[in-house]
Amino acid sequence: MDGPHHSTATRDDVRHGRAAARPAADGAGGAPGDGHSSTTTIEVNGVPHTLAVDNRRVLLDLLREDLGLTGAKKGCDQGQCGACTVLVDGRRVNSCLLPAVALDGSAVTTVEGLADGDEGTDGDGLHPLQRAFLDRDAFQCGYCTPGQICSALGAIGEAAAGHPSHVTDPGAPPGRPVPLTRDEIRERLSGNLCRCGAYPHIVEAVEDVLP
Amino acid sequence: MATTADTGIAPADPGSAVGAPAERREGRQKVTGRARYAAEHHLPGRAHAWPVAASVARGRVRSVDASAALDLPGVIDVLTHGNAPRLAAPDDPVLAVLQDDRVPHRGWFVALVVGETLEAARAGAAAVRVAYETEEHDVTLDAGHPGAHVPEEANGGHPARREQGDPEGAFAASAVRVDTGYRVPPLHNHPMEPHSSTAHWDGDRLVVHTSSQGTTPVRTTLAAMFEVPEERITVTAEHVGGGFGSKGTPRPDVVLAVMAARHTGRPVTVALHRRMLPSVVGHRAPTLHRVRLGAGEDGRLTGVLHEVVTHTSRIKEFVEQAAVPARVMYAVTDSLTEHRVAPLDVPTPSWMRAPGEAPGMYALESAMDELAEALDMDPIELRIANEPDTEPDSGKPFSSRHLVECLREGARRFGWSRRDPRPRSRREGPLLVGTGVAAATYPVLVSPSTASAHALPDGSFAVRVNATDIGTGARTVLAQIAADALGVPLDRVRIEIGSTELPAAPLAGGSSGSASWGWSVHDACTRLTARLAGHTGPLPEGGLSARADTTGTADADSPYARHAFGAHFAEVAVDTVTGETRVRRMLGVFAAGRILNARTARSQLIGGMTMGLGMALTEGSTMDAAFGDFAESDLAAYHVPVHADVPDVEAHWIDEDDPHLNPMGSKGVGEIGIVGSAAAVGNAVHHATGVRFRELPLTPDRVLAGLREAGV
Repeated sequence: MDGPHHSTATRDDVRHGRAAARPAADGAGGAPGDGHSSTTTIEVNGVPHTLAVDNRRVLLDLLREDLGLTGAKKGCDQGQCGACTVLVDGRRVNSCLLPAVALDGSAVTTVEGLADGDEGTDGDGLHPLQRAFLDRDAFQCGYCTPGQICSALGAIGEAAAGHPSHVTDPGAPPGRPVPLTRDEIRERLSGNLCRCGAYPHIVEAVEDVLP
Repeated sequence: MATTADTGIAPADPGSAVGAPAERREGRQKVTGRARYAAEHHLPGRAHAWPVAASVARGRVRSVDASAALDLPGVIDVLTHGNAPRLAAPDDPVLAVLQDDRVPHRGWFVALVVGETLEAARAGAAAVRVAYETEEHDVTLDAGHPGAHVPEEANGGHPARREQGDPEGAFAASAVRVDTGYRVPPLHNHPMEPHSSTAHWDGDRLVVHTSSQGTTPVRTTLAAMFEVPEERITVTAEHVGGGFGSKGTPRPDVVLAVMAARHTGRPVTVALHRRMLPSVVGHRAPTLHRVRLGAGEDGRLTGVLHEVVTHTSRIKEFVEQAAVPARVMYAVTDSLTEHRVAPLDVPTPSWMRAPGEAPGMYALESAMDELAEALDMDPIELRIANEPDTEPDSGKPFSSRHLVECLREGARRFGWSRRDPRPRSRREGPLLVGTGVAAATYPVLVSPSTASAHALPDGSFAVRVNATDIGTGARTVLAQIAADALGVPLDRVRIEIGSTELPAAPLAGGSSGSASWGWSVHDACTRLTARLAGHTGPLPEGGLSARADTTGTADADSPYARHAFGAHFAEVAVDTVTGETRVRRMLGVFAAGRILNARTARSQLIGGMTMGLGMALTEGSTMDAAFGDFAESDLAAYHVPVHADVPDVEAHWIDEDDPHLNPMGSKGVGEIGIVGSAAAVGNAVHHATGVRFRELPLTPDRVLAGLREAGV
């Protein structure tokens, strides 16, 4: 079965896209001059990586296949499930939808990097939200879990920055931090599917780490 | 949300691990992203393979032109039925991939492209040109389908038809009669991890990492198909991203990965794309129900007739046993339960969480609600009035049955007594609010298993069993069982599961995992304890070991009818402007024997209820008559519940001390959470609106049309 992205990532498309705007990068890949790959530098969990990246490769596959960071999961490969959620320059993204070569110069945080981040750990090597997921039993099979955690951290940041959601009171003053009620958490995490049905416990875990 | 303070269980004995809410043993790996799933084994030289799916509903492959694909950089090879390794015919016909030119349904795999990278394999698959000889197809199920027939048996080995007394006559003579029908659409399991396998031949040894609910049967299947002795095959499933039945049997991904690895001499990963799953990993077959309930004025049932029509594929007969729960639930002497199945040119259906019970109890428990309305009787009291002394169909005594207690306890917790029974009695602006109840049942299944237990000189214990943790918490629960059988603290026990290198064990399915594996773990640990008691002095360097095999005991016939029961309560708000139904709260109370781990059991029960919420409101697939595929083939079109759909879900249980089960006294909790939950939601929608909807899911278009038609 053909995936939906083939027609968007032919070599011609990429030649005329962003990769072609950086001729120094074009053709520096595994097969030099073939036009299939571009040299791309991405910082992942604080470590810069410079790689020859297949122009068709999405960030998710760069993380999983090139860097061996398999914490970000492939649930649908088309932006529908959220299992691949990571933070790019602090914002949550579906990493299965982002061509990696378009992220040259970006800083990516994956679930593997959370405990090493600025927010510190709880003393046992876990980010507080990871600890809360354990305490609340906020997962079963674990496959959506890294995405849920990254997405929740992104959502907490968005709310703090005053981004409204569908359930935010339209009369609330714009730009002010949005309190994360349970309804707000549910709404903002609805792009992260969990087939095991851990939702109630995930919401409790997120509540546990709200400032 | 579930309350953690109120576990609903009696305090554990001092030193008792079983029952305690122990934290998941693999939890840290999962929350840190270190848990590795089947596609995440980076073997040196690994290639990736991408299947090509048939684009016709029925016919034959006339030719496969792989030249354009082979010209693409990074494409290693293209396998078709013309060049793929010939395999011994599998017991399960869905695994006979690339063995002949037949296309039994749309989405059947007709080629496999192996590439150096995912991108190369995928581009190669898009470049493969397949020509077909198409044949007329028929994929549309209706109750009068000429191909529908009564098979010998339905899934689970149940007789397809049972008749007691004179059901037609008894029904006709009943004082109060409900004669109604329900439709449950095809449903998709959609575990979050798509089916994936990584295979590697090391000389004549085969090593496979696969996303499966049980690797012991996977190994047996591969050994037969590839004609390799089992002892030269290792299959692991360390972490599995859900299954819900769809990974209960090997799927084409594992056969293709092994085949491609043999063909190319490379390790190969086959990770199915989400959109491929509905065609090749099984689905819950659609069920068309006719339910007739006859009762006296006192509410006592005088006739029960549940007739089900469903579909299967042309290559394999799978019959969703949806009429079976009517053989268990209510006291009645005149009954008919019958399944008819029509083979169509559709993908092969299979297990999805509580096959049979989930759709069957939706229909039966909705009909009970209709009967309660016809009798002007409280639906809980109607159920209690029909509580049987023995299992109605078999006449066997129940090993334990606490449905009445579940109903009463649920009613108390839910606040049922405050309910105004009149439909459409609660209005909040444009919203109509209602509550509903339904019962649940799921059989106690158990299979023989082996296990070993080892006492090590450092005072720790290693327990080995090829169980699979698909998210249930198997590691944790088995360690608890072992600790108690050994009489040691939980942290002294190491548990090893998820590999065929361990003692053979059955799959995680039928809510039987903990019972089956736990029984053998219990027996091995009990024997080891006896050995240790007879041992003096320090342990030898290699420690002491004991093994157990529950063949002959776990599968011995029981004189008892053994089932778990439960009661679901739901509150919904129906928007009369948009037709949208929102669940406000769900509450379940279950009687499932001894609960082995309060934390993981609660999560499983809530998870089952959540899937039931989806079955009621959002999940539905449609077989496209023209194209022969499921129109809702991905997660944008097939709507599993999301966070915003699931507000307040509580799962509770009552103590049940049943000596007729297994040494732990457990019944299993993986499936009963979904059984009946959709009926509770549907009954709540009826209470809210006064309109009875009989086709799932209750999407806004259907509800709005129904409300308009009824003038609401």
